[in-house]
Parts: sequence; structure tokens; C-alpha cells
Amino acid sequence: MVSGLINANPVVYEKKERRNRTEPGDVDEYAVDLIDQLEIFDILLSTIRFIDIKDPEHPYSLEELKVITEDAIEVDNQRSHVRVTFTPTVEHCSMATVIGLCLRVKLMRSLPSRYKVDIRVAPGTHATEAAVNKQLNDKERVAAALENPNLVDMVDECLAPSYA
Amino acid sequence: MNFVDDSVELREVQKLEGHTDRVWGLAWNPATGSAGIPAVLASCSGDKTVRIWQQNPSNGPFQCTAVLEETHTRTVRSCAWSPSGKLLATASFDATTAIWEHSGGDFECVSTLEGHENEVKSVSWNASGSLLATCGRDKSVWIWEVLPGNEFECVSVLQGHAQDVKMVQWHPTVDVLFSCSYDNTVKVWAEDGDSDDWHCVQTLGESNNGHSSTVWALSFNATGDKMVTSSDDLTIKIWGADIIRMQSGGIFAPLPAIMIEQFFQYIGQVFTSEYDREGVIASGAADDAVRLFVESEESKIDGPTYNLLTRKEKAHDMDINSVQWNSA
Repeated sequence: MVSGLINANPVVYEKKERRNRTEPGDVDEYAVDLIDQLEIFDILLSTIRFIDIKDPEHPYSLEELKVITEDAIEVDNQRSHVRVTFTPTVEHCSMATVIGLCLRVKLMRSLPSRYKVDIRVAPGTHATEAAVNKQLNDKERVAAALENPNLVDMVDECLAPSYA
Repeated sequence: MNFVDDSVELREVQKLEGHTDRVWGLAWNPATGSAGIPAVLASCSGDKTVRIWQQNPSNGPFQCTAVLEETHTRTVRSCAWSPSGKLLATASFDATTAIWEHSGGDFECVSTLEGHENEVKSVSWNASGSLLATCGRDKSVWIWEVLPGNEFECVSVLQGHAQDVKMVQWHPTVDVLFSCSYDNTVKVWAEDGDSDDWHCVQTLGESNNGHSSTVWALSFNATGDKMVTSSDDLTIKIWGADIIRMQSGGIFAPLPAIMIEQFFQYIGQVFTSEYDREGVIASGAADDAVRLFVESEESKIDGPTYNLLTRKEKAHDMDINSVQWNSA
């Protein structure tokens, strides 16, 4: 489960001072809504959290774990493409596919359906990076995984809004 | 018909709505669509159902005449009609393959094939309807014999692919089975004349001009001497087959496949491609476009070339999962 994150001592980074932004709100499918990097960053980071087994009361966000940074998000509005590159917390992090899946599901639920999303592990940061990337971008495998109730529960727990 | 023509275009004649989740696969009933019999189409979906659509009247719009539900408990990934058109096989992520028979307008599930360990991805009938093949994420390919009384018996479980098998397809004229996989290869399976054992007789991988990523689909032209494969590596490849060698009975002669033409850089994985009766290839990809390709009339010394006949951008609002020609 999520609390079994294979990283008992995560390095926690200072949260960046966020500039004031209005809530993205519900995305209107039909508006010519141009998404930018920061908006995606916000979407992803605002609600994904991982629980440190030593400190379950204080879930860490992906930003704090430096799993994604703003510059690791590429947006091409013309082609409706988004690419997110993330850095798993440790090189052999077995949570890499789950983190990637969470990112994909979060974007799927937040962006208009015309957006194609590519999720990748940052080069050189994971032992089986090609294998992880292939799985994360195989839509049939993703669809089948999301029919697995245990996996969906795990993803939903990661994406649940934090009331802290 | 004069191809490579600016005036050729694809025009949408109807949008069939009803499924509540993505549509993964389609199949035209081969016994329909000509001689006054209205065309019948089956579609399968992530909504766990299969819908049957019929043209009514013969040249009118399609209507949904049946919904096959409450059988599969997960996504139905692929469907295929038997050559006689009497049976429909449906492959599902619930690890089963269901066989449906119709009488009048009603469909009844007459058999359920179990055995795969997890998601079944594809099902295919051989040309005579005597054999059925299935494949799935458990990396195996199963061959089933069709027996009287809607009984199905597994005659072989083929191991060999290193990963998830995406699709199986029988050759249109010879009982040779092809499979393609997440392991980037296409495998060819045939029965050993002496022992009736099925085994892999050829693997088309990167080392013999094969794909460099997941192969999603494969399809043959009508005579079976050409095959097209579509892949995550953003290309489609056309392969040649020597049928005479394949057919020389007794000792099986491996299918020599050579890559004729490496295609086109798509902006998106190619999920599907299909030959029509006249050799036009249709393909659908993750860039939401449908493309038609045709062999060039000018042949080059080193082999045929293909031209893009037409491209329909935004044929759908999202990825194209399947293209199927109505060959009536």
C-alpha cells in the first residue's frame, strides 16, 4: 500500500513560495483553453501526496520530494500534447510505476480529453527506466491496471485532497 | 479506380453512439452486406458490452439491434465473427473469451473459454472456422478446436513471447497463426505435420527489420501474400510472404518475411491497420487520424513503394483503436 513507500527517509525540500493563482476550476471541454506548464504543475502537485511510514500524519507532496519540477513539464497546445518527466525518489523505487500512474490519472481527470499525455521517468534516474516508461505509456496496460480495484484504491488515496 | 488522386477523401457517413466507454474493437459479419442482406457490425467496449449494429434498410443508416451485456465483467477488448457469420467470439480483460450465437435478433452466450491467467486481448477464427486462437497479457497464445455442439477444446498453449501478446490473426488461406506483442516481435506458429504439435516457426524482430517497440496489430491482404504490421514505434511495415513455401505440405517450410517498406512517421502510436480487398491499407493512430495507403503503380527495382492516398485528420476526437473494411 502507499504507506509502504520504499524510502524511509525521504529528502524533503523547501516548498517554493507559490505565486497567487486563481483556482483552475472545472475545465471546460469546449473552451479553447490553453494550458501552460505551471497550471499542469499545480494540477499535479496540489493533491498528490505520499505518506512516510515514520510520519503518517504528515503526507509529503511530490514537490517536496522533488519528484517533479516545473521545468519537467512540456506543453504543446497546438498538438494538445503534454509530457511530464518525473524523478522517482530512489533509483530502484518500485513505486515508480504507481507514481507515474497517479500522474496520468490526475491529468486524465483534469485536462480536456483532447490532450495526449506522455509520462516518463527522468533519464538516468531509474534502473529499469525503459521498462517503466513503456508500461506507463501503453494505454491498454494502463486501462487494464485501472480496472484493478486495489490499484485504483491506491491511486485514489494518493490523489485524495489533503485536508492538512 | 484511379488512385494517388487528390479527389479521394474519406467522408464520415454515420457516427454510431451508444457505448459509454472507449470502443476498442470492431468486426463486420462476413455473411452480411451483400446479396440483399443488410450489413451487420459488432463493436466492443470498455463498458463491458458488445453492441450489434445493423443497416436498416440495406442502404440506410445503422441502428443498434442488440447489446450483449451481463456476461463479461471487464472491458471487452476484441470481437470476431466466425467465417459463417453464425458465431461471435468476444475477448475480455476478465480473462475469458465468450462465444455467442444468434437466432433471429437475439444473441446467447453458448460457451465461455477459460484458461488465460489474465486479460485476453484478441481472438481470431481460421479461414474454415475449425480453429480459434486467443492471446493475452499472460504472454501465451491458445489454440482451440471448434467441435460440434458449440464445444471448444484447447489443443495448444503456445509460450514464446516474452511479454503481453496484443493480437492474433490466422493467415487467410493457410492454417498458420500470427501473433504480435509488447515484446516488439511478430511470431509465426504452425502445426508440425508429424506430431500435430504447434510451435513457433519464425520470429520477426528487430534483427530482421522488425519493429523497435510494441507491435499492436497485423493484417493480411486477401490472398495472404502481404501482411501489414502497426507499431508503437510510429511506423507500419509491409511484409511479403511466400505462400507456396508455406503450403508445401509434409515438411513445413518457414514463412520468409521480408520488410518491404518502412513507413511514415506518425505523430502517435499506430494501433491498427487493415488491407481491403483491393490492397488499400487503412491505418489508425494515436494522432486521431485515419490514413489510406496504396501501392505505387511504378515499381522500383528493389521493390514496391507505397503512397499516402488520403489522410483524415481528427477522424475521431481521440485515438483510433481499430479500422475494419467492410469487404462485401
